[in-house]
Amino acid sequence: MNNTSSTQTIEVNDNKNGLKHIEQIKHILTKYGIFIVFLVMVLILSLLTDRFLTVNNLLNVVRQVSFNGILAIGMTFVVITGGIDLSVGSVLAVAGVVSASLVVNGEAHVPTFIAILVGLVVGMFCGWINGFLVTKGKLAPFIATMGMMTIARGASLVYTSGRPVTSLTKSFQKIGSGFIFGIPIPIYLLVLVAAIAFFILKYTKFGRHVYAVGGNETAARASGLNTNRIKILVYMISGVLAGLVGMVLSARVNSASPIWGVGYELDAIAAAVIGGTSLSGGVGNIPGTIVGALIIGIISNGLDILNVSSYYQQIIKGLIIIIAVLSDRKNKQ
Amino acid sequence: MKLEGISKNFPGVKALQNVSLSVHKGEVHALMGENGAGKSTLMKIIAGLYRPDAGEIFIGNEKVHIHNAREAIKLGISMIHQELMIIPNMTVAENIFLGREPTIKGTSILNRRELNRSAYEIFKSIDIDINPKTLMKELSVAEAQLVEIAKAVSFNSDILIMDEPTSAITDREVEKLFKLIGELKKSGVAIIYISHKMDEIFKIADRITVLRDGQFVGSKKANELDRDMLISMMVGRQLCSIFPKFESSFGEIALEVKNLTKKKMFYDISFNVRKGEILGISGLMGAGRTELVETIFGLRKADSGEILINGSKKYIKNPNQAIKNGIALVPEDRKLSGLNLIASINDNITLPNLNRLSTLGVIKKGEERRCTEKQITSLHIKTTSRNQAVDSLSGGNQQKVVIGKWLLCDPDVLILDEPTRGVDVGAKAEIHSIISKLAVEGKAVIMISSEMTEIIGMSDRVIVLSEGKFTGEFIREEITQEKIMLCASGCIKGETSYE
Repeated sequence: MNNTSSTQTIEVNDNKNGLKHIEQIKHILTKYGIFIVFLVMVLILSLLTDRFLTVNNLLNVVRQVSFNGILAIGMTFVVITGGIDLSVGSVLAVAGVVSASLVVNGEAHVPTFIAILVGLVVGMFCGWINGFLVTKGKLAPFIATMGMMTIARGASLVYTSGRPVTSLTKSFQKIGSGFIFGIPIPIYLLVLVAAIAFFILKYTKFGRHVYAVGGNETAARASGLNTNRIKILVYMISGVLAGLVGMVLSARVNSASPIWGVGYELDAIAAAVIGGTSLSGGVGNIPGTIVGALIIGIISNGLDILNVSSYYQQIIKGLIIIIAVLSDRKNKQ
Repeated sequence: MKLEGISKNFPGVKALQNVSLSVHKGEVHALMGENGAGKSTLMKIIAGLYRPDAGEIFIGNEKVHIHNAREAIKLGISMIHQELMIIPNMTVAENIFLGREPTIKGTSILNRRELNRSAYEIFKSIDIDINPKTLMKELSVAEAQLVEIAKAVSFNSDILIMDEPTSAITDREVEKLFKLIGELKKSGVAIIYISHKMDEIFKIADRITVLRDGQFVGSKKANELDRDMLISMMVGRQLCSIFPKFESSFGEIALEVKNLTKKKMFYDISFNVRKGEILGISGLMGAGRTELVETIFGLRKADSGEILINGSKKYIKNPNQAIKNGIALVPEDRKLSGLNLIASINDNITLPNLNRLSTLGVIKKGEERRCTEKQITSLHIKTTSRNQAVDSLSGGNQQKVVIGKWLLCDPDVLILDEPTRGVDVGAKAEIHSIISKLAVEGKAVIMISSEMTEIIGMSDRVIVLSEGKFTGEFIREEITQEKIMLCASGCIKGETSYE
């Protein structure tokens, strides 16, 4: 009797160890699933064409990604609180044209850094209105930011009478097209913004509050958090980053157009969601979002190199987004 | 109905291992075990919400596979869930008849009049007073649970599973439920009844099956068992006492409430609680107890009245101010307002304490870890790591996380609203001992409970509310179940004789 039971125990333990290994592998796959998807895509593209894995091409991809990447970081903050910001595409346009108009015709009306500051403030102000409408106005984030999307677009058209603002000063252009040590400045900006955002979400009180509001707002309020203030702040972060992107984008092409950024909000949301941010709130992280933005970036770049028509590209891009998120979900279940 | 060799694994947890169970017609079969023993998982398998990894289910002599809740209902199985499964923006009647709404003959147009009438009939037949046209979200937890019971009964099932049907309802409604169970039994319905409340089990169960850590421990006729035997089967150890109340000496008045009124909820409530004292608040569901403490904690705004802390008048407009004034509230519904379920134990415990645990907004990770681990150890929270997500913990451990979170604030006044609801016997005793110790340490404790034994066992003094009004106050020596019940049902102390 005693013998049997002890043998059984040993068997159970062995079984447990085996299971443990499988569990560990599963755990790794779950945690880093989207990173693995990304590496596989890089691998496939570098096998298909030798023009993909070159320093020049990669710098080019990351520079392109930096715009969506910065927007997606702001979006990640908003989505973690359970909200959404549809206005980023329009807010970047309005911030772009306002700031560019201060450094227009190759002549600085104000110092460059003032022009940049004004652009950031414009973005932040739009974000504040979003946050105010969501918290004090109790509007659904979808509605409030969709309203802002239309208003900001209209405002930038009114401000410029529909014409692009061109011939910007050299020093302003630098923030979009300059290089430091051979690396484009927008990439530095992306890395800087990502590092700060990562630090805020992971190591600060505010970061913890952002997750708490998205995870259970009632519990967050009952824990003494000022949930309205936190929500207004995340929309302001999203707004200020949209403003930054608007200026860098204008500086890069030496022209601020009131129609920049149409549809950019969707790529930003896609990057966040591919990176594991949950649209129901409470979950998400910056490394995931960056990888999400990179995945979207290399799809376009890779398909361009492979000479796939841009019509097909859209279909493929859509499919890859869905498959990436589906496989990630499946892993997590 | 018979279950054989049922096993179910969740990632990292063996929820059930080789469990067998048989239930006969006209029998009330109680399923007991601590939280996390696997009772709810087993019942969810029967109700088609989970699929077993191994094992077979027989109904009559026929082997069945239950793939979803719809199939379970077709097979004559219905379930009263522990967690209320409701759609808050629909009416009571719509919730009851969800998926089988009556339609106007020959069409698929909803017959709203018939819908409300049928719901009304059901309520009438089981003697419950709820308007079928009310929106679900306007109901109290107790009323929602009654609706859940009505819904399960309305399927006219052969097998009815009740997962803690009495966790939120009052004694009077429990009586009604038991009467109903008696009638169902007579008509041949098999009932599987899950509860942590011993008195209930011995009152109604014919047979008792005990699970522990996902394994079958034993199945016995109820009259062959007594309380102590049952508890030792469940926990695998002898529990010396269920209510370890320690004597404590009272200090000055820590919190005083004067003429506090919130219209439609409670009127003209005055009481105080001293340091080292446990003040019980008793009353029926809807008496305004929860609303009263939520108002003290700043979650609601009072219409009139005063709150004094350590003798000085305070205006508490939000929970943050309450916390700063040394008040903590362990809420009634831990899932709704106590926890961020998808976050870790660590993040939950430190959430209201981050001010203290950070410099210039940056969290001091080392100190945070020490605090969380201290709470996990001192409250005996069963977990593999402080980073485990709270939703994977059992109810008792979740409740300990909520308590840990508020104790870390080191409050002077600790308010607990139904601190042991849906918590197993072992954890319950532990929570009681924690509360008792806190009082000895000199904290003022306010405890709301619908469980009479808990109120009587734990309180130094009890106040009773009825429909928002103060109806009585008793010191420990004079507390009896009858006196409290009388006041709770609206008789004001002193106006009636108790003998």
